[in-house]
Amino acid sequence: MIKENAVDFWDKVMNLDRRWVYLSIAIVVIIPTVIPFQVPVATTPEVKKVFNFINRMEAGDYFYLGIDYDPSALAELDPMAYAILNHAFSKDLKVVVGCLSQFGVAMAETRLAELSEKYDKKSGIDYCFLGYRPYPAIVILTMGVDFRVTFPLDYYGVPLDSLPVMQGIKNLMNVKGVVDITAGNVADFWITYGNGRFGFPVALGVTGVMSADYYQYLQSGQIFGLISGIKGAAEYEELSGFETTGLASIPYQTLTHAIILIFIVMSNIGYFVTRGRKKR
Amino acid sequence: MTTAEILWNTLAAILTLCVFSFLIKDNPLYKFTERLVAGVAAGYWTMLIYHTNFTDKVILTMQNRQLAYIIPILLGLAMWTRFSKNYSWISRYPIAFYIGISTGVSIPVYMYTSVFKQISATMVPFDLTYAGINNIIVVIAVLCALFYFFFSKEHTGTFGVISKIGIYTLMIGFGAGFGMTVMGRVALLVQRVIFLKDYFIALKNYFVA
Repeated sequence: MIKENAVDFWDKVMNLDRRWVYLSIAIVVIIPTVIPFQVPVATTPEVKKVFNFINRMEAGDYFYLGIDYDPSALAELDPMAYAILNHAFSKDLKVVVGCLSQFGVAMAETRLAELSEKYDKKSGIDYCFLGYRPYPAIVILTMGVDFRVTFPLDYYGVPLDSLPVMQGIKNLMNVKGVVDITAGNVADFWITYGNGRFGFPVALGVTGVMSADYYQYLQSGQIFGLISGIKGAAEYEELSGFETTGLASIPYQTLTHAIILIFIVMSNIGYFVTRGRKKR
Repeated sequence: MTTAEILWNTLAAILTLCVFSFLIKDNPLYKFTERLVAGVAAGYWTMLIYHTNFTDKVILTMQNRQLAYIIPILLGLAMWTRFSKNYSWISRYPIAFYIGISTGVSIPVYMYTSVFKQISATMVPFDLTYAGINNIIVVIAVLCALFYFFFSKEHTGTFGVISKIGIYTLMIGFGAGFGMTVMGRVALLVQRVIFLKDYFIALKNYFVA
């Protein structure tokens, strides 16, 4: 009797309506909203390298920040952009911001407007926003030669030659490195044409979905750092102290991963139990 | 929050709930939101391209009599002949030009970054440190995974064992990808939940104040 009930239970588990899974996750996600708590975040070497790259630069040093994500990846990548820009502006670094993804423009503009006001930074003096150009490969190759070929004007229509911030640099070889925050194949273009063709240091901030594909480039030294998804963003926030939603998301992530693991374990047990019965 | 911010955030909250309603089942509210996002994105992209690319690469160059730009402009216009039955052959010229340039530029660099650099990063010297042992595992795993895709010989005996290790290697890779995908998808949900929480708190404070 007990054995039959157990078999019925595992049959039900195997045929569970997916909406029960959604409901469980919804309940779990609400818990940290009602009862806030903190989870410690361990930092990884690949994120520390990006942090150290920004941290070791001196005031007035240049780096290129690529903001190449759209609103659908905002949850994972915007905390990275926020923390890195905060970190750079707080150290008085000169930032050249560009977009090789069309929707990155709105993301970059929002963050630049907010943080330039916070640190009293001026467009054209402390940073340069290049805007968007299509065909990433061509844009990277030409920026490796001269920014002005692809971007004769900045995003606000001001000639690059007239901007004080651009007086010291001609091309990407004159910046200390590139940090590209991307949700698409722009990362591949930076590895291939940026590091591969010109050899300048490249670090990436990518979505969780993409990250497993880019660790191989970290091992080969083609990128010097990698910030992966919301966990990577939380690590950068932990290191830099500039928080948005990265660290705040980790308690939600922890509980949701726990419930998903329970579902995976239960479905595997259910699979083996029901498979054994089918064989008999 | 100002009244304008409250109104915009109310719209965002309603649209968020419309998208979540798909979890119960497909419905007109979800369809409306999906089409709204696609429409806004298409409109935004078109205007962005026009104002930040077409204006300074076509209009301004012609006004400044930069005649070299006539060539890419003509090639661009030739692409539109695809819509004509009689003149669609003209569009092959810009396509051939584009593919030719792309191939010439990309093949040597791709070979260098995606093949040679990756092979040399796999075949690194071995030693008896943790990193050295890790390198041995990487080489064995890569070779076994490659053997799995060798279909000219039946996967039995020693070859079958090697192939099986290859499958496990691939499964570990897919597992890592799956785990990171779950994290990514949960991050999207969490960001919306945090937005809704902040919105309701702001709404309450707005009406209480």
